[in-house]
Amino acid sequence: MGKVTAYEPEIIFDKQGNPHEVVDWDHDYEGAKLGFWVFLLTEMMIFGSLFLIYAFYSYQHGAQFSASSIHMNRLLGGTNTFILLISTLTMGLSLAKLRNGHVEVCKKYIWATIVLAAIFLAIKAAEWMLEIEEGFYPGSPSADLAALGHGGKLFFGLYFTLTGLHGVHIIVGIGVMFWLLSLINRGKVSPENFVVLENTALYWDFVHIVWIFVFPIFYLIY
Amino acid sequence: MSNTHTSFYQETHTVFGHHNNKFLQWIFSIDHKRIAIMYGIVMFSFFAIAVLIALSMRLELFYPGQQIMGPQTYNEAFTLHGIIMIFIFIVPGIPATLGNFLLPLQLGARDVSFPRINLLSFWVFVLGIIAVLASLFWNGNAPDTGWTFYAPYSTKTGSNIVLALTGAYLLGLASILTGLNFIATTHRLRAPGMGFFKMPLFVWGLYATSWIQVLATPIVGITLILVILERVFGVGVFDPTKGGDPVLLENLFWMYSHPAVYLMILPAFGIASEIIPTFCRKPVFGYHSIAISSALIAFIGYMVWGHHMFTSGESNTVALVFSVLTFLVAVPTSIKFFDWIATMYKASIVFDTPMLWTLGTFITFIIGGMTGLILGSVGVDVYFHDTYFVVAHFHYAILGGVVFLMFAGMHYWFPKVTGKMYSEIHGKIAFYIIFVGFNVLWFPMFVAGALGMPRRYFDYLPQFTIYHQIATIGSWIFVFGLIYMFVNLYKGIKKGKPAGPNPWNATTLEWQIPSPPQAENFGTIPYVDFMPYEYIKGEPVHHMDLSVDESRKGTHHG
Repeated sequence: MGKVTAYEPEIIFDKQGNPHEVVDWDHDYEGAKLGFWVFLLTEMMIFGSLFLIYAFYSYQHGAQFSASSIHMNRLLGGTNTFILLISTLTMGLSLAKLRNGHVEVCKKYIWATIVLAAIFLAIKAAEWMLEIEEGFYPGSPSADLAALGHGGKLFFGLYFTLTGLHGVHIIVGIGVMFWLLSLINRGKVSPENFVVLENTALYWDFVHIVWIFVFPIFYLIY
Repeated sequence: MSNTHTSFYQETHTVFGHHNNKFLQWIFSIDHKRIAIMYGIVMFSFFAIAVLIALSMRLELFYPGQQIMGPQTYNEAFTLHGIIMIFIFIVPGIPATLGNFLLPLQLGARDVSFPRINLLSFWVFVLGIIAVLASLFWNGNAPDTGWTFYAPYSTKTGSNIVLALTGAYLLGLASILTGLNFIATTHRLRAPGMGFFKMPLFVWGLYATSWIQVLATPIVGITLILVILERVFGVGVFDPTKGGDPVLLENLFWMYSHPAVYLMILPAFGIASEIIPTFCRKPVFGYHSIAISSALIAFIGYMVWGHHMFTSGESNTVALVFSVLTFLVAVPTSIKFFDWIATMYKASIVFDTPMLWTLGTFITFIIGGMTGLILGSVGVDVYFHDTYFVVAHFHYAILGGVVFLMFAGMHYWFPKVTGKMYSEIHGKIAFYIIFVGFNVLWFPMFVAGALGMPRRYFDYLPQFTIYHQIATIGSWIFVFGLIYMFVNLYKGIKKGKPAGPNPWNATTLEWQIPSPPQAENFGTIPYVDFMPYEYIKGEPVHHMDLSVDESRKGTHHG
């Protein structure tokens, strides 16, 4: 938005002559943060609804849900949890570095986050492939899945829905990080104006917190 | 004002920099006023289409048996009528049009908090409409589930449900973006000195609405996605043969769609709260109670969804709790009505068109609201469920409440938006025609419903003929009135007299600037240390000229 280098807020005066700053939407750090928190609330309602559905069916088919959980690959899932936690750390460090003025280091940390997110996706894809090969997917004719009953069908239906939606969020996150890198390169995100990075870090935290809930309810209830 | 203030608008009006093409200047505009007008044009075009569909359904029902359409076409017609009216017209409704136009003006702001997201909301809205339209013409049948998409029919029917659901999802997303924007705007961009309890009441209505948009819409969003996943991959969440529960869909659907009716009515109440003090020329009675009751309605509205499902097999305990909570909604709603009536008490009321519409709504909405209490009682609802009684109640509340107040607002802010005046006498005539047509159209449905006429049937038993015929005649009067009103407004735009900044002697900030407002709304932002609606002896207390000094800035576009 152009060559506005030094922003001077507009000041108005009340009847007693006291100055008051007029908030300008184009230079509103708190507004940007508030808007993003509201967006995260909508995300929370989406995942919250899915967790509610999970709770509803888990209450009805508790035993079959536990039996289904045995078929999950805890090694790959656990590794992914670890990778995602590390990526949250690198994301947080990138913000800290930018705020301290280390732009190049910040960019390296963002790259690290992108790489970790890509590894997460690759492992997730491998895991999905394994599960599909074993016949655990919605609409599968597999006898193993049929043996798990209605609970098993719902378990894997919800598993693919939740991890799929989570995966979409990871992909969007990677896209946002590339956009962020270009913003940093063009000087639009800088040590003085870092709200986009801060919001991205918030988003990434949200994505990992969702996984912190997804992981135990599918992998660890056997 | 400060000379050093550099504005976004000084360089460009649009998201991609400056365009010479007028059309591009509009569709890429991030000016909240232009986005509001674009929303309005699209919405009312589809309103007209949905009215025509409804008119043809009424025509079909003039005699028992098949006249102009068969059962399948009739199912598709009421589905399309519902999808257009709910998702395309009334959910974006007042917030996206009047709200978008007025929120920054009433707060003393130069735009909303995120003008680009505002434009994105409009584009997503258009994209959603395209998906809904595609569902009609893609190979296969148009959707025939009703706008509620109940499973298992919606997961089994051969019609184009996936496209329609995608459309509804995108329209929901557009609504979320608007709500998010309005929350941030209300918190951040109030003029200095304007505390929450100095905001105009329309803003309070929009603010409560925004929270519903943000918190409830995602639930229906994920529900629609689950139906899509069910149809495409057979996930099984709503399919009983895989252990799923179709009633779960009803729960999730109404968790959004019941708050959604408050999302429709709250900004409409806000409009009434603006119009009544202005045409009574006195301060509104009980400002705080009107403001807080908006928030209360939004809050209680989250917890009443189960009253749509009394016959779905939910337990008696659950049904009774939902029934009691439903009655509770009537309390804050009545507080508003008593406040408005107390404002009118001993006032010298000016019966101009906006005030007429508001008073007409008092009658129709109170009928709609009271019949809502009848339907909210468990025992009675088991009898009335899925009859014309529900149809009549819904249209009395939403058409006779929300849309009538939207018309009131359209007339009230018409001079502000266009800078011209419409013909007052023709405005009043249009109101009376529509008011009569409306009641002739829907009141017989209460009776037919009470006698057992089920909704969504293309045919009926001969003893219901008289009610259907009265209703159909009412629909002709109603549509004639609508045409009359829109022609009058159109003529107002073309050759109305200049309105001036404040034709109604109103008090809020949008009336202290020229009509139509200039590009940045305000030259000087005022310090707001006064309440809205301050009148002394029928005259507004504060007179300000806050217009933008065009000669000093020079780079503005119309």
